[in-house]
Amino acid sequence: MSFRTQAVLWVAQRASAAVLAVCVVVHLVTIIYAVQGGLTASEILARTRGNTAWLAFYSVFVLAVSIHAPIGLRSVCIEWLRWRGASRDLVLLVFSAILAWAGMRAVLALFA
Amino acid sequence: MRQHPSYWVFMVHRVSGIALAAFLPLHFWTLSNAINGSLAWTEQPLVKFGEWLIVVALAAHLGGGLRVLALEFLAWREWQKSLAAAAAALAVGVGLALALAL
Repeated sequence: MSFRTQAVLWVAQRASAAVLAVCVVVHLVTIIYAVQGGLTASEILARTRGNTAWLAFYSVFVLAVSIHAPIGLRSVCIEWLRWRGASRDLVLLVFSAILAWAGMRAVLALFA
Repeated sequence: MRQHPSYWVFMVHRVSGIALAAFLPLHFWTLSNAINGSLAWTEQPLVKFGEWLIVVALAAHLGGGLRVLALEFLAWREWQKSLAAAAAALAVGVGLALALAL
Protein backbone atom coordinates (compact mmCIF):
# COMPACT_ATOMS: atom_id res chain seq x y z
CA MET A 1 0.00 0.00 0.00
CA SER A 2 1.35 3.40 -0.98
CA PHE A 3 2.34 6.04 1.53
CA ARG A 4 -0.35 8.28 0.06
CA THR A 5 -3.11 5.71 0.67
CA GLN A 6 -1.92 5.22 4.25
CA ALA A 7 -2.03 8.98 4.78
CA VAL A 8 -5.58 9.10 3.39
CA LEU A 9 -6.63 6.29 5.76
CA TRP A 10 -5.03 8.11 8.72
CA VAL A 11 -6.89 11.35 7.92
CA ALA A 12 -10.15 9.45 7.30
CA GLN A 13 -9.80 7.72 10.68
CA ARG A 14 -9.25 11.01 12.56
CA ALA A 15 -11.92 12.93 10.63
CA SER A 16 -14.50 10.17 11.18
CA ALA A 17 -13.44 10.03 14.87
CA ALA A 18 -14.18 13.74 15.26
CA VAL A 19 -17.65 13.29 13.72
CA LEU A 20 -18.25 10.18 15.84
CA ALA A 21 -17.21 11.95 19.05
CA VAL A 22 -20.19 14.28 18.63
CA CYS A 23 -22.52 11.47 17.48
CA VAL A 24 -21.58 9.17 20.38
CA VAL A 25 -22.17 11.87 23.02
CA VAL A 26 -25.66 12.51 21.57
CA HIS A 27 -26.28 8.74 21.27
CA LEU A 28 -25.23 8.06 24.89
CA VAL A 29 -27.49 10.81 26.23
CA THR A 30 -30.36 9.46 24.08
CA ILE A 31 -29.79 5.89 25.33
CA ILE A 32 -29.80 6.90 29.00
CA TYR A 33 -32.92 9.01 28.43
CA ALA A 34 -34.76 6.39 26.34
CA VAL A 35 -34.19 3.29 28.50
CA GLN A 36 -35.90 4.79 31.52
CA GLY A 37 -39.08 2.82 32.13
CA GLY A 38 -38.03 0.09 29.68
CA LEU A 39 -38.11 -0.11 25.88
CA THR A 40 -40.93 -1.29 23.63
CA ALA A 41 -40.99 -1.35 19.83
CA SER A 42 -44.08 0.87 19.69
CA GLU A 43 -42.57 3.41 22.09
CA ILE A 44 -39.36 3.58 20.05
CA LEU A 45 -41.26 3.98 16.75
CA ALA A 46 -43.51 6.68 18.18
CA ARG A 47 -40.38 8.69 18.94
CA THR A 48 -38.51 7.99 15.70
CA ARG A 49 -40.89 7.53 12.74
CA GLY A 50 -41.04 10.48 10.33
CA ASN A 51 -38.40 12.42 12.22
CA THR A 52 -36.11 13.80 9.48
CA ALA A 53 -33.66 15.51 11.85
CA TRP A 54 -32.88 12.20 13.57
CA LEU A 55 -32.87 10.46 10.17
CA ALA A 56 -30.13 12.85 9.02
CA PHE A 57 -28.22 12.53 12.30
CA TYR A 58 -28.19 8.71 12.33
CA SER A 59 -27.37 8.56 8.58
CA VAL A 60 -24.22 10.59 9.28
CA PHE A 61 -23.51 8.39 12.32
CA VAL A 62 -23.80 5.16 10.27
CA LEU A 63 -21.65 6.44 7.40
CA ALA A 64 -18.95 7.72 9.77
CA VAL A 65 -18.84 4.39 11.60
CA SER A 66 -18.63 2.52 8.26
CA ILE A 67 -15.40 4.42 7.61
CA HIS A 68 -14.07 4.33 11.17
CA ALA A 69 -14.56 0.68 12.23
CA PRO A 70 -12.82 -1.02 9.25
CA ILE A 71 -9.79 1.31 9.47
CA GLY A 72 -9.52 0.57 13.20
CA LEU A 73 -9.80 -3.17 12.58
CA ARG A 74 -7.11 -2.79 9.93
CA SER A 75 -4.61 -1.78 12.63
CA VAL A 76 -5.70 -4.76 14.74
CA CYS A 77 -5.24 -7.10 11.72
CA ILE A 78 -1.75 -5.75 11.09
CA GLU A 79 -0.48 -5.55 14.68
CA TRP A 80 -2.17 -8.52 16.36
CA LEU A 81 -2.95 -10.93 13.52
CA ARG A 82 0.02 -10.00 11.26
CA TRP A 83 -2.45 -10.20 8.38
CA ARG A 84 -1.02 -8.39 5.37
CA GLY A 85 -1.87 -8.24 1.69
CA ALA A 86 -4.86 -7.58 -0.49
CA SER A 87 -7.14 -10.20 1.14
CA ARG A 88 -7.16 -8.22 4.42
CA ASP A 89 -8.20 -4.97 2.76
CA LEU A 90 -10.80 -6.75 0.63
CA VAL A 91 -12.41 -8.31 3.72
CA LEU A 92 -12.38 -4.92 5.49
CA LEU A 93 -13.94 -3.27 2.44
CA VAL A 94 -16.73 -5.86 2.48
CA PHE A 95 -17.18 -5.26 6.23
CA SER A 96 -17.45 -1.52 5.57
CA ALA A 97 -20.11 -2.13 2.91
CA ILE A 98 -22.07 -4.43 5.27
CA LEU A 99 -22.01 -1.80 8.03
CA ALA A 100 -23.17 0.94 5.65
CA TRP A 101 -25.92 -1.23 4.13
CA ALA A 102 -27.21 -2.78 7.37
CA GLY A 103 -26.90 0.52 9.21
CA MET A 104 -28.83 2.51 6.64
CA ARG A 105 -31.44 -0.25 6.48
CA ALA A 106 -31.92 0.09 10.25
CA VAL A 107 -32.02 3.91 10.06
CA LEU A 108 -34.68 3.80 7.34
CA ALA A 109 -36.71 1.19 9.25
CA LEU A 110 -36.77 3.44 12.30
CA PHE A 111 -36.90 6.99 11.01
CA ALA A 112 -38.35 7.00 7.48
CA MET B 1 5.50 -0.28 29.85
CA ARG B 2 2.51 -2.24 31.19
CA GLN B 3 2.77 -0.34 34.47
CA HIS B 4 1.87 2.94 32.78
CA PRO B 5 -1.84 3.96 32.77
CA SER B 6 -1.49 4.87 29.08
CA TYR B 7 -0.89 1.19 28.25
CA TRP B 8 -4.16 0.19 29.91
CA VAL B 9 -6.09 3.00 28.23
CA PHE B 10 -4.65 1.87 24.88
CA MET B 11 -5.67 -1.73 25.62
CA VAL B 12 -9.21 -0.79 26.72
CA HIS B 13 -9.54 1.43 23.62
CA ARG B 14 -8.52 -1.42 21.35
CA VAL B 15 -10.58 -4.18 22.96
CA SER B 16 -13.68 -1.94 23.23
CA GLY B 17 -13.23 -1.05 19.54
CA ILE B 18 -13.16 -4.71 18.53
CA ALA B 19 -16.22 -5.40 20.69
CA LEU B 20 -18.13 -2.48 19.15
CA ALA B 21 -17.22 -3.57 15.60
CA ALA B 22 -18.51 -7.07 16.38
CA PHE B 23 -21.67 -5.71 18.02
CA LEU B 24 -22.67 -3.27 15.25
CA PRO B 25 -23.93 -5.76 12.60
CA LEU B 26 -26.02 -7.46 15.32
CA HIS B 27 -27.32 -4.07 16.50
CA PHE B 28 -28.35 -3.02 12.98
CA TRP B 29 -29.94 -6.39 12.23
CA THR B 30 -31.94 -6.30 15.47
CA LEU B 31 -33.12 -2.75 14.83
CA SER B 32 -34.27 -3.59 11.31
CA ASN B 33 -36.14 -6.76 12.24
CA ALA B 34 -37.13 -6.83 15.90
CA ILE B 35 -38.83 -3.46 15.58
CA ASN B 36 -41.72 -5.28 13.85
CA GLY B 37 -41.94 -7.83 16.63
CA SER B 38 -41.42 -7.95 20.34
CA LEU B 39 -38.49 -6.59 22.30
CA ALA B 40 -39.50 -8.67 25.34
CA TRP B 41 -36.37 -10.82 24.99
CA THR B 42 -34.27 -7.75 25.83
CA GLU B 43 -35.75 -7.81 29.35
CA GLN B 44 -33.64 -10.84 30.29
CA PRO B 45 -31.02 -9.93 32.91
CA LEU B 46 -28.16 -11.32 30.82
CA VAL B 47 -29.22 -9.25 27.79
CA LYS B 48 -29.53 -6.17 30.00
CA PHE B 49 -26.04 -6.79 31.37
CA GLY B 50 -24.73 -7.20 27.81
CA GLU B 51 -26.36 -3.90 26.80
CA TRP B 52 -24.82 -2.19 29.81
CA LEU B 53 -21.41 -3.64 28.97
CA ILE B 54 -21.55 -2.47 25.33
CA VAL B 55 -22.65 1.05 26.33
CA VAL B 56 -19.74 1.24 28.79
CA ALA B 57 -17.46 -0.02 25.98
CA LEU B 58 -18.81 2.79 23.77
CA ALA B 59 -18.11 5.40 26.47
CA ALA B 60 -14.64 3.94 27.11
CA HIS B 61 -13.87 3.97 23.38
CA LEU B 62 -15.04 7.59 23.16
CA GLY B 63 -12.82 8.56 26.11
CA GLY B 64 -9.83 6.69 24.69
CA GLY B 65 -10.42 8.20 21.24
CA LEU B 66 -10.63 11.76 22.55
CA ARG B 67 -7.35 11.08 24.36
CA VAL B 68 -5.72 9.94 21.08
CA LEU B 69 -6.98 13.05 19.26
CA ALA B 70 -5.69 15.28 22.09
CA LEU B 71 -2.27 13.58 22.07
CA GLU B 72 -1.92 13.85 18.31
CA PHE B 73 -3.34 17.30 17.66
CA LEU B 74 -2.55 19.24 20.83
CA ALA B 75 0.94 20.08 21.99
CA TRP B 76 0.69 18.56 25.48
CA ARG B 77 3.04 15.87 26.61
CA GLU B 78 3.03 15.95 30.40
CA TRP B 79 -0.76 15.50 30.53
CA GLN B 80 -0.85 11.86 29.53
CA LYS B 81 -1.88 10.46 32.91
CA SER B 82 -4.57 13.14 33.31
CA LEU B 83 -5.98 12.26 29.89
CA ALA B 84 -5.99 8.57 30.78
CA ALA B 85 -7.82 9.37 34.02
CA ALA B 86 -10.37 11.55 32.17
CA ALA B 87 -11.04 8.71 29.70
CA ALA B 88 -11.61 6.26 32.56
CA ALA B 89 -13.82 8.74 34.44
CA LEU B 90 -16.04 9.20 31.38
CA ALA B 91 -16.59 5.43 31.06
CA VAL B 92 -17.34 5.05 34.78
CA GLY B 93 -19.71 8.04 34.72
CA VAL B 94 -21.71 6.73 31.76
CA GLY B 95 -21.76 3.25 33.29
CA LEU B 96 -23.22 4.55 36.54
CA ALA B 97 -25.76 6.79 34.79
CA LEU B 98 -26.99 3.92 32.63
CA ALA B 99 -27.09 1.51 35.58
CA LEU B 100 -29.34 4.00 37.38
CA ALA B 101 -31.55 4.50 34.29
CA LEU B 102 -31.96 0.79 33.40
